[in-house]
Amino acid sequence: MPFKIAVASGKGGTGKTTVAVNLFHFFAKTFALKTQLIDCDVEEPNDLLFFQNSQLDSETTATQLIPFIDNDKCTYCRKCVSYCEFNAIVVIPPVNFAEVNSSLCHSCGACLVACEFDAISESPEEIGTIKNYRIGPKEILSEGRLKIGSAMQTMLIKQVKQHTREDMDVVIFDAPPGTSCPVVETVAEADYVILVTEPTPFGLYDLQLTVELLKDMGMRFGVLINKAGTGDHKVHDYLSEQKIEMLGEIPYSKEYASKYASGELLSHPSIEIEIQYKTIIRKLMARYT
Amino acid sequence: MKEITILSGKGGTGKTSITAAIASIAKDAVFCDNDVDAADLHLILNPTIKEEHVFAGGWTASIDDNSCIDCGICTDHCRFDAIHRNDNNRLEINPFKCEGCRLCERICPVQAISSVRSMNNSWFVSDTRFGILVHAKMGPGEENSGKLVSEVRKRARELAKETNASYVINDGPPGIGCAAISSLSGTGMVLMVIEPTISGLHDSRRLVELIETFSIPTYALINKYDIHPRVSEEIEMFLKEKSIPLLGKTPFDRRMVEAMVEKKSIVEFDDTLEISNIIKEVWKSLESL
Repeated sequence: MPFKIAVASGKGGTGKTTVAVNLFHFFAKTFALKTQLIDCDVEEPNDLLFFQNSQLDSETTATQLIPFIDNDKCTYCRKCVSYCEFNAIVVIPPVNFAEVNSSLCHSCGACLVACEFDAISESPEEIGTIKNYRIGPKEILSEGRLKIGSAMQTMLIKQVKQHTREDMDVVIFDAPPGTSCPVVETVAEADYVILVTEPTPFGLYDLQLTVELLKDMGMRFGVLINKAGTGDHKVHDYLSEQKIEMLGEIPYSKEYASKYASGELLSHPSIEIEIQYKTIIRKLMARYT
Repeated sequence: MKEITILSGKGGTGKTSITAAIASIAKDAVFCDNDVDAADLHLILNPTIKEEHVFAGGWTASIDDNSCIDCGICTDHCRFDAIHRNDNNRLEINPFKCEGCRLCERICPVQAISSVRSMNNSWFVSDTRFGILVHAKMGPGEENSGKLVSEVRKRARELAKETNASYVINDGPPGIGCAAISSLSGTGMVLMVIEPTISGLHDSRRLVELIETFSIPTYALINKYDIHPRVSEEIEMFLKEKSIPLLGKTPFDRRMVEAMVEKKSIVEFDDTLEISNIIKEVWKSLESL
């Protein structure tokens, strides 16, 4: 069983991708572990941008089952409408109208159970793609990419996670920003969650929301402060008050921000950065064993 | 009345800081925080709450162990793998996996399953020093963020009409999924806040693709443009190609974070700064459109 780590943040732009990509790199390169990075930020997947020599291994279309109502069999009784908790079905008896709004459908199957006239069947509709890439001898990157216009990000995340390779040593899930259902889905099976924050009022507020969520879920987690040296001390104060484990601090540097900007995050990392990540990885391994 | 939505695709590009700056310039506007998942605008606007409303979230099912006859019909029907056997070998529902479709409740032959609706989401109408703010707080791990976005926007528009305000300004969520779709649909105009990183460019491409499906007039601002001049140029080329007018380019400035720490918008912090002047110009252009 691989050691499963999720990287999340609450606030966007704190450095989730930077941390996930670096951990992926150092787990494989420095610790020689078979590592898989799964980009679960399916609305805006960015992890792949940082790897020049990726090789596509497999590609699948992710779908959801959308019910279809056969007008010849439908009696317009509206039982399916009363079963649908997502208001995805519109039936107007006087005009013999019955249709499913696929953008609201959660594919729960309740309408099929409801229908007594066998008028509802399902067919798959695309919600995105899932691609698996080979990055290096020990590194695999899997990415979910939501189809533009689809609102089914959580369903896609669930399907991307099915590509978790149990033969790996380490699996890293890169989460989307926020604190709602897509984040829950991403972190749910992780052994440990790394929360990346920045020492600013926005960073702190969103960190608190995310900590509340992880405590509700009963997850183990620690915090990594990125862009240290900017903002104020309130994130530090909060962590010590709450006795939350601090995994490390990565100082803000304009030079490093520029390397991120151009996608050259991993080319010639500075000694300081390398030491930082090695230390974090050692702490993580100590949690696992 | 004109409704303007500020979006970015990528998180952390400066949406909320720019919205706060515009809030301190714009006269007769109603402000609305559409990032209900990790709302931050109130940290700068410092609202005095006038109205508080509960937003009913999704349903969560649970099994009454005393009535359950262990037939397993619910497990067979649940498409979300939310029903499992606990340590006592009894059927149990994982609230974090339950999607709230209530199918299990309907098909249980002995009515052992019931659902409760989450009341963890609230939304507010507040007074601030810049005018009315409509904002929300979602409970951790909640669903339906898109519906909550529609709810706060609806109230903001009503209030704008009642008070004869000329604008509703929406601080949007990151991403392009259900929350972003809800903050886009029916808005009058989009201001994109883009940062010059390859992720910023990648994510704004996907956002533009989504906006195009709605045919909403779109304008752009490049924030922290000097972090990487070459990537910044690439973004300008992309905007030209898409005929999206670039209204301004703001430089990276540590005082942006200092202002945030003091709970001020950058314009309030120092309205003589280059960045403040550029945002004033951007607002002037938006007003004249």
